[in-house]
Amino acid sequence: MTDPLFEYLCRMGDSTLVLGHRVSEWCGVAPVLEEDIALANTALDLIGQTQLWLGLAGEVEGKGRDADALAFHRDVWEFRNLLLVEQPNGDFGRTMMRQFLFDSWHLSYLKGLAGSSNDQIAAIAEKSVKEVTYHLERSTDTVIGLGDGTEESHRRMQDALDRLYPYVGEMFLTDAVDTAMTEQNIAPDPATLRPAFDAHLDAVLQEATLTKPQDNFAHKGGKTGARHTEHLGHMLSQMQWLQRAYPGATW
Amino acid sequence: MSSPESSPYKDTKASIHEETRKTEWPLWEIFIRGQHGLSHRHVGSLHAADAEMAIKNARDVYTRRNEGVSIWAVEAADIAASSPEEKGALYEPSNDKVYRHPTFFNIPDDVGAM
Repeated sequence: MTDPLFEYLCRMGDSTLVLGHRVSEWCGVAPVLEEDIALANTALDLIGQTQLWLGLAGEVEGKGRDADALAFHRDVWEFRNLLLVEQPNGDFGRTMMRQFLFDSWHLSYLKGLAGSSNDQIAAIAEKSVKEVTYHLERSTDTVIGLGDGTEESHRRMQDALDRLYPYVGEMFLTDAVDTAMTEQNIAPDPATLRPAFDAHLDAVLQEATLTKPQDNFAHKGGKTGARHTEHLGHMLSQMQWLQRAYPGATW
Repeated sequence: MSSPESSPYKDTKASIHEETRKTEWPLWEIFIRGQHGLSHRHVGSLHAADAEMAIKNARDVYTRRNEGVSIWAVEAADIAASSPEEKGALYEPSNDKVYRHPTFFNIPDDVGAM
């Protein structure tokens, strides 16, 4: 098995990378200019976090790969992002629901990393918490505003929740890598964060007049890399096309 | 900002526009204070559904390069504005009152920059 710390850092970095790229797909086509800029800011925050996570991953691996090499020279099966973040944008409502679900997990998880025994990880988390606090505020407001909005916006948000909820469970699955991190006090056990997440989710959904799906079935295989959805490959072929066509190109 | 059709200022003849489109959020004027001790400065406008969203949008649109420490958002419709038609009566009388400018004093060099 690969070094669990490397594996772990790739999980963090790949999730922010893939979501950052997804959100950046809105650039220039968001429903209003203000949202367009806000989404671009969020995407840039996430890409910035990716540089830190994957940069550290490359250092830990010690094979001379930097963040760019990890982002652009790996294929689907080497990615370790959560399945949630690779789901296509859909309409604006679905994008914001995906963002809200991720942000809710992301913020509580990053807060759990503040006391990490690994100083570099604690430092990345501390920087990220400020950005993600704002992401969550914004996505929460949007989910409430659109959920408790018009008939159409409500319907679209409920559709988005129904579609994305099966990807929530993976964020709280604990496997061997997580256990290794917990044992060394590097990272919290994701499973322990679920009750607080559920409480927050329930409160927001109630305000948004949305109904949480009853079924707790969870797709998995993203963070282990065992089985990504078909969407990631398509996304990477766009994101990586330049490095695939012109390997090592710089400018 | 996202539409050429801005909301009108309240009670001003100067800015007669079409009604804001029903699907359009109201227009907000944004003021940013760059540093402690300076005053808020008008930086532009944007659309938002309410005051809270106006602040958030202002944060994203106008402070992404670390410009501010404080944001004010004022709904454009709440601003009372002077009318360009009155500019003769309002401003021209001061054109020939040169004595209102303190330019007739010799400032001693010792005073330095004022």
